[in-house]
Amino acid sequence: MIFSEKYELIRKFARDFAENEIPSEVQDTIDQTGEYPQEILDKMKKNGLFGIKAPKELGGQGGDTLAYVIVIEEISRVSMVSSIYVSGANSLGSGPLMLAGTQEQLEKYLAPVARGEKYPSFGLTEPGAGSDAGAVATTAVRDGDYYILNGRKTFITAAPISDFCIVFAKTDLTKGTRGISTFIVDMKLPGISFGSHEKKMGIIGCPTSDIVLEDVRVHKSDLLGEEGRGFTNAMKTLDYGRLGVAAQSVGLAQACLEEAIKYAKERKQFGRRIADFQAISFMLADMATEVEAARELLYNAAVLKDRDDKNASMKVSMAKYYASEMCNRVAYKALQIHGGYGYIKDYRIERLYRDARINSIFEGTSQVQQMVISGALLK
Amino acid sequence: MKIIVCAKQVPDTNEVRIDPVKGTLIREGVPSILNPDDANAVEAALAIKDQIPGSTVSVVSMGPAQASYMLKECIAMGADDAYLLSSRAFGGADTCATSTTIAAGINKIGGYDLIFAGRQAIDGDTAQVGPQVAQRLGLPFVTYVQKIRELKEKSIIVERSLEDGYEVIEVPLPCVLTVIKELNEPRYMNISRIIDVCENNYITTWDENDVDLSPEECGLNASPTQVFRSFTPTPKGKGEMLDGTVTEMANLLVNKLREKHVL
Repeated sequence: MIFSEKYELIRKFARDFAENEIPSEVQDTIDQTGEYPQEILDKMKKNGLFGIKAPKELGGQGGDTLAYVIVIEEISRVSMVSSIYVSGANSLGSGPLMLAGTQEQLEKYLAPVARGEKYPSFGLTEPGAGSDAGAVATTAVRDGDYYILNGRKTFITAAPISDFCIVFAKTDLTKGTRGISTFIVDMKLPGISFGSHEKKMGIIGCPTSDIVLEDVRVHKSDLLGEEGRGFTNAMKTLDYGRLGVAAQSVGLAQACLEEAIKYAKERKQFGRRIADFQAISFMLADMATEVEAARELLYNAAVLKDRDDKNASMKVSMAKYYASEMCNRVAYKALQIHGGYGYIKDYRIERLYRDARINSIFEGTSQVQQMVISGALLK
Repeated sequence: MKIIVCAKQVPDTNEVRIDPVKGTLIREGVPSILNPDDANAVEAALAIKDQIPGSTVSVVSMGPAQASYMLKECIAMGADDAYLLSSRAFGGADTCATSTTIAAGINKIGGYDLIFAGRQAIDGDTAQVGPQVAQRLGLPFVTYVQKIRELKEKSIIVERSLEDGYEVIEVPLPCVLTVIKELNEPRYMNISRIIDVCENNYITTWDENDVDLSPEECGLNASPTQVFRSFTPTPKGKGEMLDGTVTEMANLLVNKLREKHVL
């Protein structure tokens, strides 16, 4: 895609920010300690990264989806875990609010997220409701002006640090997915507790945990959208989350490619640079081509999403599916080019390889994307 | 307070290679960037704008039409508007002709209280244009500004960096200050401002007629500098700095010279 100056400048900003603010020593420390530096989050806040798509009137940047994916791509190229903080606030956290929020809810919840004063999380997944998101078992029972929520959400990104969570719960057990409603749940309400932080393979530095809801009383003003419309809103929001993962995949794969090129030019075997062996140089050519193909799918899907194109969801799934699988293939090859050194933690590719693995899993596995794509084809 | 910043679009010299035969810069495919010292100048102006409500920051540059990209960057950082002096007649200018043109542009903008410029551009490294602009505008100037101590109503107190220290100088307004990177950390562009600057026009383009210059006063015609030859010095090995007291360093030096059989 050939970009106008607008998107080139947005990319330049995001690249400068990521390269200056998240240097490699900091990335290593995050990966070793699991602690994400508050100073970086403060700088993200100051630079409007938590409100890329939120409207200007609410303190956001007023960007479109293409601007959003470019920023995520560039941050992920430097640090995948950092990009999760940005995407969490922009897609899953604020998406449902932008889709279904009343003016009052937008001002109460979206505006502080856009300004970086509050951090959201997204509570859809449950122990028994992963790919089958409709199998939500958390319940919400009306009691006067309140709903009483009970249930357990699992693998919730940034749950322990979030100020509120968009929780999906059944308000009508007889209606399947049409019985699911969405609630904005303040994480300080009585009855909320968190599970321990999951020990993850990659993207270390962004806490993931369960959220347990025990007789949590949520005021009816925090019902998001109409009763029974929760699942539809969740599915629409997932499109933005999936574009985010596609962008993370492209950025991360680009980083793998760059590391592989650098190493192939430095490493000498049999008296020459390993880049001079066709087995290596052709691998690099394949990697670069795949990264570029995924990038084009991503940008195209982002533009279609903004146009509200009828095929947008399918194209988003295609971008997510292809980019995340591509990212794993490219990470594999990049590590292979590093040989034994790539298996050692001193080399950046070791972390990139671990970070890559989640992309074909979260925000809908590759198999769920195949369901969406084939479902649209066979409709 | 009305502030003007002089800025230049330059090739990113981190990416520039030198043609080993001709000894000139290979500019093809090299990205153009906002000159780094000029980014510090923009930041200095914006910091004052943040402090004093109602202040405005205008950026002025001389260059080809593509330089508007760099001016958009400055506006996306927070400047209010920009002026691009662009014309075939300005081509081939040395620092002398450049400063005539920039000064004419600044005169046309008028009403300024303070002018910032970067110390020097990374493509020419002359550090002449800032002071020359001041000369042509009849303004006092301070070069190598590393800190702004106090901005008063009619003057400004700054630190001027020297090789092994600094001077504290109070200079009356309006004046020209050329700044070094130690002065500040330039802010990033802002996404909403990027969108704004790309969807609206904040840049005015002027040619020689707009700033009342004759073709004889601009560009190559008005450039006394002739580049006789440019060359790349052969890189020297890194020197080694010795630590310690004078006696310790002297002993170390003698040992080193002995190792090399100089003594």
